[in-house]
Amino acid sequence: MEELLKVEGLHTYFHTYRGVLKALTGVSFSLYPGEILGLVGETGCGKSVTARSIMRLIKEPGKIEEGKILYRGKDLLSLSEEEMRTIRGKDISMIFQEPMTSLNPVLKIGTLMSEVIMVHKKVNKNRALNIAKKMLKEVKMPDPEGVLNKYPFELSGGMRQRVMIAMALSSDPEILIADEPTTALDVTIQGQILRLIIDLSQKRGTAVLLITHDLGVVANVADRVIVMYAGNIVEEGRVKSIFTNPSHPYTKGLLRSLPSLAKEGEELPTIPGTLPNLIYPPKGCLFYDRCDIREEYCKEGRPERFHLGEEHYVWCHKIKNEKMERLGYGRTD
Amino acid sequence: MRIAKYIGIRLLYIIPVMLGVTILVFLISHTIPGDPASLIAGPKASKATIERIRHDLGLDKPIYVQYMIYLRGLLKGDFGKSIRTGIDVATDLKKYFPATLELTFFSMLFAIGAGIPLGIISAIKRNRWPDHISRTFSIFGVSMPVFWLGLLLLLVFYSKLKILPGSGRLDTILSPPTHITGMYTIDALLTGNWPVFISALTHLILPAFCLGYVYLAIITRITRSSMLEVLNKEYIETARANGIPEKSIILKHALKNALIPVVTIIGISFGELMGGAILTETIFSFPGVGKYVVESINYLDFPAIMGFTVVVTFIYVFMNLLVDVIYAFLDPQIRY
Repeated sequence: MEELLKVEGLHTYFHTYRGVLKALTGVSFSLYPGEILGLVGETGCGKSVTARSIMRLIKEPGKIEEGKILYRGKDLLSLSEEEMRTIRGKDISMIFQEPMTSLNPVLKIGTLMSEVIMVHKKVNKNRALNIAKKMLKEVKMPDPEGVLNKYPFELSGGMRQRVMIAMALSSDPEILIADEPTTALDVTIQGQILRLIIDLSQKRGTAVLLITHDLGVVANVADRVIVMYAGNIVEEGRVKSIFTNPSHPYTKGLLRSLPSLAKEGEELPTIPGTLPNLIYPPKGCLFYDRCDIREEYCKEGRPERFHLGEEHYVWCHKIKNEKMERLGYGRTD
Repeated sequence: MRIAKYIGIRLLYIIPVMLGVTILVFLISHTIPGDPASLIAGPKASKATIERIRHDLGLDKPIYVQYMIYLRGLLKGDFGKSIRTGIDVATDLKKYFPATLELTFFSMLFAIGAGIPLGIISAIKRNRWPDHISRTFSIFGVSMPVFWLGLLLLLVFYSKLKILPGSGRLDTILSPPTHITGMYTIDALLTGNWPVFISALTHLILPAFCLGYVYLAIITRITRSSMLEVLNKEYIETARANGIPEKSIILKHALKNALIPVVTIIGISFGELMGGAILTETIFSFPGVGKYVVESINYLDFPAIMGFTVVVTFIYVFMNLLVDVIYAFLDPQIRY
C-alpha cells in the first residue's frame, strides 16, 4: 500500500541560549491510509516535536533543519506558509493534550467551529453551523444546538475535548494527529474519548498518528507502534510483535514498567537514569548510559535501522551484531 | 437584562464616591492656610471689612454647616458663586469645560487609534524593524516632558512650517458654532458648519497630540506585551493547527483576548488626561478649564475648585463604569 505520509530523516533543533538542542535527529517513518500508528516514549523524547514538525507548527527558537515530510508525495517543508495553512485542518488535523487551554476563551463554540468549516469548505455561516452541529452529534455531545452557543469555560474538560475532536474532523482530514489526547482528562472518561477518536476515524477512513506515553493505550487501539527515545526511533513494528517480542532494551524496559505486567507485591521495575543531554549528545547510541546490554562498540556511531522480522525494525548495535553473527556474517562495524 | 441591572447598581455606587470626594476636597481646601476674605478685601482693608466679607461668604460658620449648605446647593445643581469672579461656578464650568472635554476626547482618540495598531504591528513583527520603530516612538512618548514637547511642536509646525495654528480653539475670523454641547467640532458637525469644523479640528491637532502622546506610548506598550503573551497561548496554536488565516488569528482570536488589559489602562488614562490638560492648555493658550482652575487655586476660590473636582470625579467614575461594561463584551467569563 502506498504511504499517505512519509517522514524522512527529520532533524528539528532548538537554538537556545545554552546551545543547540537537537530534539530530533533523523526520524523516519511512514503512515498508511486508514491505519492507527502509535508513537510512544517518555516525556521529552520528541513525540510532540515530531507531531508539530509535521504540522509545521514548530515555534521559535525551534527549526526544522533537514529532512522531508512527504504528504501524498508532496514535500510539506517546501510549501509556502499559505499553502501549508490550507493543508492544516483540512488534510491533516491535530488535537492537543490540554482541552482546558486549547479553546479560545472569548469565542463561542459555534464561532470557533464554523470558522474552521467556512475556511476549508467554502460554505456560508449557516451551512457551517449546520455541519458543526452534525459533527457535535457525531462526537456524542449532549445538546449540540445549545453547545454552539456556549463558551469553552461553560464546558467540562471531556466536553471540550469532544469539541476539539469534532473541530479537527469537521473538514474530513486524511490524517489526524492526536497528541496525548486523553492525558489531561479524568481517568473515568479517558477510555470514552479514546474510543471516540478511534471509532470516528475508522468510520471515516482517517489515518491516526496517536502520540502517547501510555503503552496500554497503544496496545488496545493501534495497528503499528513506533518507540522513540531522545529524538530517535529505537523500534518499530506491528503492535502484536512489539508486545510479544520486544527487542530493544528500551522497549523491554517500558513494557516491564507497565503496572499490569508487574507481579503483585513486587516493586514496579523502572529504567534507571535519565535522558542524555541533547545539547551535547554522545557520539554513539543515545541509550548507552541506561542500557543493560551495552558493549564498548556501542559508543561509536548511531545505530541504524535493522530489519528484524516482518515489518519489525530495531535501531541497536548489539542486536544487529548478534543477529549478523548468528547468520554467519560476522561483525559488521 | 442583567447588564442593565448591573449598570443601575454601579450608578448608585457613584453616590458614596461623590460624597467621599466632596468631603475630602472640602476639608483640604478649607483647612489649608490662607483666607480668601483677606485676598478679596486687599492688603489695606480693615479687620472689620474682612470680617464682613467672611460673614457674607458664610466662612464664619462651622465647617460642617458650610459643607451641608454646599451639598444642599449641589443637589439642586448649584455649584455656588465663584469668590473670585462673583459668577456662578456652573456658568463658568459650562463655558470652559467643553473645550477641555473636547481636547481630552481627541487626545484619547489619537492615543487609542494609533496606539493599538502600533502595538499589534510591534508584536507580530517582534524584533524586526517595524517593532524597533514603534518602540523608539513610544520610548520618546513616555520620556518627553509635556511642556518641552509642546514647545517643540509649536516651533516646528506653527513657527517654522506654518501649517498648523498654535493657539486658541478657532480662527479669529470665525465665530463659534451654535452652542449645543460646547464642543466646537461636534456642534459644527451637528449644524453642518464645515469651515468651523475644519478650523476647530486643526486647532486641536497639536494640543491633542501633545497631550495624547504619553498615553499613545503606554497603550502601544501594553498592547504589544499583551499581544505577545496571547499569541503564545495554546488556543492560538489550535487555531493555527486548524488552518485559520493569520489575519483572523491576529484580529479575531488574539486581539479580543489581548485588549482586556489595554481597556483598563484606557479607563485610568482618561482621568489622568483631564488633570494633564492644564499644562497643555497653558502652552497652546487653549481656553479650557485648566487656566480657570489654576487661577482659582491661586485665589483659594473654594467653590470653583470644588466644582471642577466634582465634575472631573464624576467623569472619571463614569469612564470606569464604561470600562467595566466593555470588559463584559470582551470577556464572556465576566458575568454581572
